[in-house]
Amino acid sequence: MSQDHSLNPESFPQDPAKATQEGKHKYIGLWFFLGGETVLFACLFATYLALHQSTAGGPSSQDLFGLELVFIMTILLLTSSLTSVYAIYHMKNNNFKKMQLWFGITALLGIAFLACEIYEFAHYIHEYEFTFRSSAFGSAFYTLVGFHGGHVVFGLSWLIALMVRNAKRGLSLYNAPKYNTFAIYWHFIDVVWVFIFTVVYLMGMVS
Amino acid sequence: MSIASTQNKGFGAILWDYLTTVDHKKIGNMYIAAGAFFFILGGIEALIIRIQLMAPENDFISAGLYNEMITMHGTTMIFLAATPILVGFMNAIMPLQIGARDVAFPFLNSLGFWLFLFGGIMLNLSWFLGGAPDAGWTAYTPLSTQSPGHGVDFYVMGLQLSGAGTLMGGINFLVTIVTMRAPGMTYMRMPLFTWTTFVASILILFAFPALTVGLFLLMFDRMFGSAFFDVALGGNSVIWQHLFWIFGHPEVYILILPAFGIFSEIFPVFAKKRLFGYSSMVFATFMIAFLGFMVWAHHMFTVGLGPVANAIFAVATMAIAVPTGIKIFNWLATMWGGSIRINSAMLWSLAFIPSFTIGGMTGVMLAASTADFQYHDTYFVVAHFHYVIVGGVVFGILAGLHYWWPKLFGKVLHEGMGKIAFWLFFIGFHLTFFIQHFLGLMGMPRRYWVFLENQGLDTGNLVSTIGAFLMALGSIVFVINVVYTTMKGEKASADPWGTGRTLEWAISSPAPEYNFKQLPLVRGLDPLWIEKMDGNVKMTPAEPLNDIHMPNGSILPLIMTIGFFIASLGFIYQVDSKAWLIVLYAGMAIALGCMLIRSLKDDHGFHIHKEDLEREAD
Repeated sequence: MSQDHSLNPESFPQDPAKATQEGKHKYIGLWFFLGGETVLFACLFATYLALHQSTAGGPSSQDLFGLELVFIMTILLLTSSLTSVYAIYHMKNNNFKKMQLWFGITALLGIAFLACEIYEFAHYIHEYEFTFRSSAFGSAFYTLVGFHGGHVVFGLSWLIALMVRNAKRGLSLYNAPKYNTFAIYWHFIDVVWVFIFTVVYLMGMVS
Repeated sequence: MSIASTQNKGFGAILWDYLTTVDHKKIGNMYIAAGAFFFILGGIEALIIRIQLMAPENDFISAGLYNEMITMHGTTMIFLAATPILVGFMNAIMPLQIGARDVAFPFLNSLGFWLFLFGGIMLNLSWFLGGAPDAGWTAYTPLSTQSPGHGVDFYVMGLQLSGAGTLMGGINFLVTIVTMRAPGMTYMRMPLFTWTTFVASILILFAFPALTVGLFLLMFDRMFGSAFFDVALGGNSVIWQHLFWIFGHPEVYILILPAFGIFSEIFPVFAKKRLFGYSSMVFATFMIAFLGFMVWAHHMFTVGLGPVANAIFAVATMAIAVPTGIKIFNWLATMWGGSIRINSAMLWSLAFIPSFTIGGMTGVMLAASTADFQYHDTYFVVAHFHYVIVGGVVFGILAGLHYWWPKLFGKVLHEGMGKIAFWLFFIGFHLTFFIQHFLGLMGMPRRYWVFLENQGLDTGNLVSTIGAFLMALGSIVFVINVVYTTMKGEKASADPWGTGRTLEWAISSPAPEYNFKQLPLVRGLDPLWIEKMDGNVKMTPAEPLNDIHMPNGSILPLIMTIGFFIASLGFIYQVDSKAWLIVLYAGMAIALGCMLIRSLKDDHGFHIHKEDLEREAD
């Protein structure tokens, strides 16, 4: 059986994530998937834009948002995207330990982002009584930002499962595509956040 | 793993085989079988509707039950019958047409099928659990948010499940076509059915997420008290209409494009002539798909979007008639001067051209937004979309079934019965729906439970009902044909029509589990025909005989789906009692647990060895 996909310097391909047929499938499949995800978030953004002034007498975006926390969250998530790039760089150099290290940092930054988001939501609910049910604006806000947060949770679970599973096995042509697809997914989540930062928070402060 | 050893298995083993299969052909057959089952359900619902409307002020069923019938008829036919049967064809045939051994993601393929099936079961479970959804297949808010009971909840969860399954199928087909074409199979040598599969998958990929979001918003409003469609809290009902039709209009093309693909396969084979204008056909397919995304608001002309929006969407809609016209003329030109053989598959294809063209013409009428105010929500619209969906999609499905039956099941359908079924259904179809144009123009509104006597609607409705029964009769003859063929039909050769042009006819009927022993070398459009013209019996292989890598079967997709199914029931009933949250969490735990297992457990597949392949007779 030619199932030994472990790598050594002689057999190391240029791009381990796309060296096998399955790897190519996963790579292209993920890009198509992200195409669908783009439509999903576009619809959520459109819904938010249609409803963001429908506060039904409750707190509006100007009352709620503060840019300090959101700025920190943005930095956290953007940095986590950068660290995942470092991780993939080390993957391409067959340096498994450094790859795990940088992915570990990515996960920590993701968790920190998530913690900020949970704090933010709790703050709105307790200080302003601004909930999912209080107005159409509330529903749209929590749905859009919550869908993004859900994607972060899913991505973190995915990454942690991958790292724990492969901690002792090292890099192989079987798991390299899995790490790589995660990294692309993570960039996408990051890009969505940039749009949320702009459309929800920045525009919410001025309009 | 020799193939001979898979014969003579007990019932349990066969059942297990189907529950765990990742073989695209078996999954395709299951899609078609399940789709046919739901087609019969939807057909019965249609008959009940027509019986109720047979006479003025009829009281065959109550008004509430009538609302449930029209909702379930539409939802079942679109989501659970037409789409899955076409996805079944895509699954079973497309990999054969591009010379692939399987699809790119066999596991995902199986998951997609089970999600669709359990979504369908979820939807139909509502009949037994307090009443079906009754807000129309479009589930417009606030009707759907206000609808009492759990009917609409079943609609939301059922469509969410089956929609996720379809989305997975779409991604799978796209990756398969991009990465798994046989050597020499360039894009512009792909058969038209493969092209339409590709384009329909793009539509699935970009249209279904809009439905997903719409369903989530509706779900949140109904089950978790959000205010998207609650005007008192600033909500807006028109958002649902936009999201639904941003999905809903491309869905029409998700259905019709594969049907176009089927006709584009059948005409060349039975006219013994190359498809006329191949590249313009590909171009027209893309054109239709592109424009298909630009026209959703023509379903909303009377909402009040304003004259500018209406005008833009009207013009875009009319523009679709151009690429569609290109296709119609190409089919006609394919037959022009060919040596035409008329059998059941060809009859359905021939009947499609005028029937669909009538539907297209009324489509242009409806696209005139000012005139649409008159037609809107009348039987004219009902007649229009049944002409395109029955006259286009259902005719396409039946043509495809006759054409590919030998490849799918190894038997040729009985010609005599095929023709009887065709004529009954064809006459019944026009009898049912042609007159509905005039009922609509005379002002009969759609979705109404009864109509009054002596308003000029009595005869028309009676004729329409008689037609519906003829269609039912035709369907019954078709079912008898299937049973008869399965018991006694002649075994099909690899190329039962004798004039097969594409790769699926180069391998035995039904195809072996690995499809191609050696991947074929494709030398041009209609590769099998090229080999035939060069006097070759078989395709030229592109590789030496070698071990074939196969994916392992898995029960995980089924268990994962059951997990989501249980969780959906939890979502629906947690509104009544918080104890149901336990069911929700348990279901999600099963589903996510299966995902985790799938992620953690290595699955390398297995090999069919060269020696076993050599031992098998060709």
